[in-house]
Amino acid sequence: MGEAHRQLLMDERAAERALARMAREIVELNEGVNGLVIMGIQRRGVQLAQRIADEIERAEGVRPPAGSLDITLYRDDLTAIGPRPVLGETRMPSGGIDDQRVVIVDDVCYTGRTVRAALDELADFGRPSRIWLCVLVDRGGRELPIQPDVVGRHIAAGPGQRIDVLVPELDGRLAVELTTRDSGPS
Amino acid sequence: MSERATFPGKDLIGLESLDAAQICTILDTAEAFKEISERPIKKVPVLRGKTIVNLFFEASTRTRISFEFAEKRLSADTVNIGSTSSSVTKGETLVDTARNLEAMRIDMVVIRHGSSGAAQFLADRIPSNVVNAGDGRHEHPTQGLLDILTIRDHRGRIEGLKVCIIGDVLHSRVARSNIWGLTRLGARVGVCAPRTLLPVAVEELGVEVFDRIEDAMEWADVLNVLRLQFERMQGGFVPSVREYNRLFGVTRERIERTGRDLLILHPGPMNRGVEIDSDVADGPHAVILDQVTNGVAVRMAVLYLLAGGEPERAEAAKREN
Repeated sequence: MGEAHRQLLMDERAAERALARMAREIVELNEGVNGLVIMGIQRRGVQLAQRIADEIERAEGVRPPAGSLDITLYRDDLTAIGPRPVLGETRMPSGGIDDQRVVIVDDVCYTGRTVRAALDELADFGRPSRIWLCVLVDRGGRELPIQPDVVGRHIAAGPGQRIDVLVPELDGRLAVELTTRDSGPS
Repeated sequence: MSERATFPGKDLIGLESLDAAQICTILDTAEAFKEISERPIKKVPVLRGKTIVNLFFEASTRTRISFEFAEKRLSADTVNIGSTSSSVTKGETLVDTARNLEAMRIDMVVIRHGSSGAAQFLADRIPSNVVNAGDGRHEHPTQGLLDILTIRDHRGRIEGLKVCIIGDVLHSRVARSNIWGLTRLGARVGVCAPRTLLPVAVEELGVEVFDRIEDAMEWADVLNVLRLQFERMQGGFVPSVREYNRLFGVTRERIERTGRDLLILHPGPMNRGVEIDSDVADGPHAVILDQVTNGVAVRMAVLYLLAGGEPERAEAAKREN
């Protein structure tokens, strides 16, 4: 295996600015905060969802209900990736999601398969009147007809590259990094 | 990545062959699965398309239904085969039954059998995953796991706890799975029963032996009360059921005399008034129905982890990412 090169794509300030703008875009899409529910995808989407809810509360004076989704059991590749014994919490907001306008928040949108799983899982909990997708980084490379509605930053990354969103709660800081594996002579 | 599973192999035959990390992996996974049974739609698609055969050669209500709920909540397709309703009554051997099932392209077998070693015997001969749902006097690993999970839920830990198994240890696979699992996780295990109901040289399993239930209850933090297995007794183990209750029954008076906050488990089915009195079984110390609830989550965790494929393949797939 070759060496890995890490590159900082967004520092804390850049990520905070992006999240603040994304929060405003969400409120604009929804024409206010009525019926808005923010659902973060485990793991790092949950922390980003909390930050977006914070921003909305700061700007609008109302905090939208937030929840979390662990999509592990809805993946289409269990046999290939092996079981993940540590499942995160799936928690609906107390008012549920029926007839609500749900924003799915994730850190990175890549193949679209996570989002497909999240849509399936949400359908088992209720029937939102609208679902939007909000991601901090859209790296392209979709395998399904799924597109985010609100994006922090578009970054074209190749198959040999990995994008890591770091959040203070799990990683000690807020940042976005690109890791490129030097795959050696090919 | 720390998310890699440390369990599984192909099968779950007993807790004797698992280490502490593997047991904890199952318990932590079960913890996450509990919530699924509280959802409006109690089902996740993770085992969609998997076929699981429940092969029960012995009577069972709780365990069979618990496995079936677990399988259905993971979206697997299930078939139940009981010994009375199958070709076993026509003289077919265990291996032939299993090979015929294999020929119908199944993925997993959950087996309950009266002979110790039946689950391993089957696991060695078919490529499907095999889960032992109780084999003779050997092990009943999912019962052991759900007992341990229930204790952990109520006491917050296993390490350092003193757990006493009371009753028919001789005939009990539940006792063996408890002893292996609990000692692996650092608990101290005691057994208390008339000597006729203890295996020869039971001390070699690393347990303390109590001849008087009063001493056991003074020592223990948790009591796991076993059923007197009349169906396995050809007589002569205890002079009478009434005497057993008088000498070894878990009664309210005995609990009150200890003045301690004991946790009481029973794997069911209970003989009320024999090994456990009704006011204990329905009382504040008993967590018997929590055990039943946890049973479904534990079995979901085991099936999920076993069905997930081999860890080596998972590692290879991760490297490609």
